[in-house]
Amino acid sequence: MLHEPAAQLSKDHSIQKKAKLGIIMFIVYLVVYSGFVVIGTLWPRLLGVESLFGQNLAVVYGMGLIILAAVMGLIYNYFCTRYEDEMNKEEAL
Amino acid sequence: MIYTISTPAIVIFVFFVLAVLGLSFYFARKTKSASGYYAAGGQIHWAVNGVAFAGDYLSAASFLGICGMIAFYGYDGFLYSIGYLAGWVVALFLVAEPLKRLGKYTFADALDAKFDSRGIKLTAAISTLVVSIFYLIPQMVGAGALVTPLLGFPHWVGVIMVGSIVIFIVATAGMTSTTYVQFIKGGLLIVFSVIVVFLVLNKGINTKPGENYHSFITLNAVLTDGRVTAVDDTAYAVRGQLQSGDLVFVQLEKAGLASWWKLSRNSEPPILEEALSIVVKKNGDVLYNGAPKEARKFFSVGHVKQILIDGQKVEATGPVNPFEFTEAIESSIVIRFTKIVLKNGDDKVTIFYQNPTPGKDIMKPGLYYKLDKGSTFWTRLDFISLMLALFLGTSALPHILIRYYTVPSQRAARKSTIVAIMAIGFFYILTLYLGTGAMINGGLDLESSNMSAPLLAKTFGITLFSIISAIAFATILGTVSGLIIAASGAVAHDLLDKYLKIKMTETMKVNYGRMAAVGVGIVAIILGILFQNQNVNFLVGLAFAIAASANLPAILMLLFWKRTTSKGITWAISVGMLASLLIILLSPTLYEIYGLPAAEAPIPLQNPGIISIPLGFITLIAVSLFTKRKTV
Repeated sequence: MLHEPAAQLSKDHSIQKKAKLGIIMFIVYLVVYSGFVVIGTLWPRLLGVESLFGQNLAVVYGMGLIILAAVMGLIYNYFCTRYEDEMNKEEAL
Repeated sequence: MIYTISTPAIVIFVFFVLAVLGLSFYFARKTKSASGYYAAGGQIHWAVNGVAFAGDYLSAASFLGICGMIAFYGYDGFLYSIGYLAGWVVALFLVAEPLKRLGKYTFADALDAKFDSRGIKLTAAISTLVVSIFYLIPQMVGAGALVTPLLGFPHWVGVIMVGSIVIFIVATAGMTSTTYVQFIKGGLLIVFSVIVVFLVLNKGINTKPGENYHSFITLNAVLTDGRVTAVDDTAYAVRGQLQSGDLVFVQLEKAGLASWWKLSRNSEPPILEEALSIVVKKNGDVLYNGAPKEARKFFSVGHVKQILIDGQKVEATGPVNPFEFTEAIESSIVIRFTKIVLKNGDDKVTIFYQNPTPGKDIMKPGLYYKLDKGSTFWTRLDFISLMLALFLGTSALPHILIRYYTVPSQRAARKSTIVAIMAIGFFYILTLYLGTGAMINGGLDLESSNMSAPLLAKTFGITLFSIISAIAFATILGTVSGLIIAASGAVAHDLLDKYLKIKMTETMKVNYGRMAAVGVGIVAIILGILFQNQNVNFLVGLAFAIAASANLPAILMLLFWKRTTSKGITWAISVGMLASLLIILLSPTLYEIYGLPAAEAPIPLQNPGIISIPLGFITLIAVSLFTKRKTV
């Protein structure tokens, strides 16, 4: 017996396009996140260097990663919503 | 530490609990179907679900654990904030929408959607149970830690209270009441955290954190042949001396009270610096700073020794903005307290001595995870392992994944994830100020790092302490509810209904779910009592590692690799789960719990992710390549 979704979903023609965008954005974030881990592992003193607004790199990079996630989320949602509206005229939220 | 029980604290706490129970009664009347019980009928609004995500995710580990870790170790605690939030990127970009398309009630549903595999049903259900239980333990431990200062009950009473209330919430109304409990608690947590951070910034940094803060003193010491024989204050008598490496500790007695001091030879004459101590006597009596616990001699600590603004020493900064605050911390010298355990005859002496730490070391990684001074290959690998597990763990947590079934569409799933990222991210930024605020404002209970956030609130008044503690308690209720729903779904839906194929009506499915919730709740209560002294954040880190190792390879490869087979998924879950559990059991921390030297642990890693996550992926790929796909 196969399982079904809890709510019946209408056909979505934008799945492929959204998935592709998701993978690209994931890779971008992964690269930035990996940069933080690599610096912390190989050049930890660099994180103590003053960078922006009197803050050291650790604070700027760490907070930057959190803010970047939110900003990228908004961008992703904007494009996905556009794809859905263009490709599924009949689908409504 | 002994806490004063206050009437406002009890009133606010009781109000919160009654409000939560009232909500559950209200929704219980509406919950009749399995869809209603496990997935709130799939009709929750995305904005509500987003905040509920935050309420579900910001557990005891986030609020109590991270703030406490920052308060004790500075930026290293903030690494958890960064990693926990980054994990949501994986959830949003890769997992949220496909999972919504595939699943029905549980994580196993989604994995098994393209196959009809008993192996997947069984292993996914077991993995859900293991991850949920690992995640439940720290929540219950956190509950016990909170109830003691709030209501004056022992730890086990707190654990039973939380367990009972949550079992009631989950068993009565399932996902709907759980969602609204999480929504309210998530909102309150963020609002009141903002208030506390505002108060911290408005107060600024002060070398004297408050009027009631203990004034640490020093005494000039007289040394004869390397031993302290007298001090300049004749009210003190020298009673003993202990040495550990270069560190020398001296026991003094004044008015019948014994206290411990650290010898510092950096000045002439040498001085003794006041320390805090807990002494366990041979007969089992425990003395806190020389007196029984009830005498309240063991106080909360944490202060700044020196503040530099524009190169000038100042006593206080006055109100500051968030940038000025972190900048000022960086240029200050903060007094942290380092713990050392020594034997003094038959007595076990735990000394917490002052450790002046430059602010620039506090505001970057290194005080907990050794990356620079004192680092080794393994400590650096541990750091990578932690960051990997946090990044990949979120989107593999069953109690988070099932939230995607509560909304009506993929678009709603995506939007609720974005709301969650914004709410959780904002809170995680606040943790840096809550943690460092506790560190410099006397918010450290040296016996329990979990109490730093509530203790920081206490420095601004008992009412705020009561509200923050009650919210922390509600935080635990919300997260535990979500975990028990996920675990009960694994037992009743995945194991009984789908794996064992027991014929059930809709009502029976709900009743079995309720019975499973009671069973899992009782297990959680027992474990919460047994693991009383464990570090909350550490245990959650392990739950993330197990989830990332067992579940994530299966989820990602199912979504993005067409040659994935049911056997590949089954083996990947099994190998990932067992490998992560095995590495945890052989880790230095667990060796300490067994009473063995940590250095003898066969795998010198605290977090298993760096080994077990790739192993899960490799297993899935290898097994899938050697087995034919059953259904596409």
